[in-house]
Amino acid sequence: MNQPDDDQREQERRRRARSIAIAVVLGGLVVLFFVMTLVRLGGNVANRPL
Amino acid sequence: MRQSGATTDVAVPSSADVGDFVALMKPRVMSLVLFTALVGLVVAPGAIHPLTAFTALLCIAVGAGASGALNMWYDADIDAAMQRTASRPVPQGRVAPSEALGFGITLAGGSVAVMGVLVNWTAGALLALTIAFYIAVYTMWLKRRTPQNIVIGGAAGALPPVIGWAAVTGSVEIAPAMLFLVIFTWTPAHFWALALVRKEDYERAGVPMLPNVAGDDVTRRQILFYAALTGVIALTPPAFGIGGLFYTVSAAVLGIVLVVAAWRVFALGAGPAGKRAAGRLFGVSIIYLFALFAALLGERVLALAGGVSGWGG
Repeated sequence: MNQPDDDQREQERRRRARSIAIAVVLGGLVVLFFVMTLVRLGGNVANRPL
Repeated sequence: MRQSGATTDVAVPSSADVGDFVALMKPRVMSLVLFTALVGLVVAPGAIHPLTAFTALLCIAVGAGASGALNMWYDADIDAAMQRTASRPVPQGRVAPSEALGFGITLAGGSVAVMGVLVNWTAGALLALTIAFYIAVYTMWLKRRTPQNIVIGGAAGALPPVIGWAAVTGSVEIAPAMLFLVIFTWTPAHFWALALVRKEDYERAGVPMLPNVAGDDVTRRQILFYAALTGVIALTPPAFGIGGLFYTVSAAVLGIVLVVAAWRVFALGAGPAGKRAAGRLFGVSIIYLFALFAALLGERVLALAGGVSGWGG
């Protein structure tokens, strides 16, 4: 009788795992863009009119 | 000719695990792509920031993953018919075709855009060309139509070192084209060795691989020809400024190993021994390419560590 419950729990577990994976990838992209911006700007980051 | 299984599907809750999406990216194929791209990147003249190099390799890996996912979307019908690929996520029903398609398009677009914005647009354009060639030319056009599918389609697998080189230099030159040629000529011997072993599989799936269309004898002759050609082409990069003495000696020794393995397939002919030799050649061909590029990488890293900018001291 509890087969549908088990299926749904498993479905939810997999959905949560996928959501976490997407979050990690998006977070990684944010960090990558931030760090790469620093790399590309290099020393020029301080070279701006004040 | 078998029609593609690429279909739309009714929206149902996905039952895919994260591992299924990893499998869609063909991680084992990705490793060889990534390694040859790394070598193209390291042997290129000029400097690249380590983080930019990391980003370029990440984009190439994701682009290769995109190609894998789109290939599995389009070829689900073939995969289902073949023993080797029947357990893939789409034919197993764990990932819906539309999910594989969406995943592949997202990865392809994302990898090209990130490569263009964060590395350079020459590398980005080459990555886009590689993915487009693999999917449109190889998967959709040639694979189901001609036994030359993997010969021409092999261009996609041969481009990663050129992309790696372009990530550093921002240009396409003759020198990395030699690395392209090495992988391009290597591909037929590699895949036809597998096709000899898995002939029944390809027959069942309706894929016109050379053994199914032209027969085993022709295939064995062609394998020997391409293996010998690969061995010779692999000796040419030093003439274009890539690789020195260590690489040349390694390429010569490895070339002999590859040709001997191909010769055994040719000489043993039909029967279980010949089939075993074909299986061994498939394995040897993978080791060959890894070792060849590892020799190039090792020599370059040693040269850089020694503060020598050029090749061969």
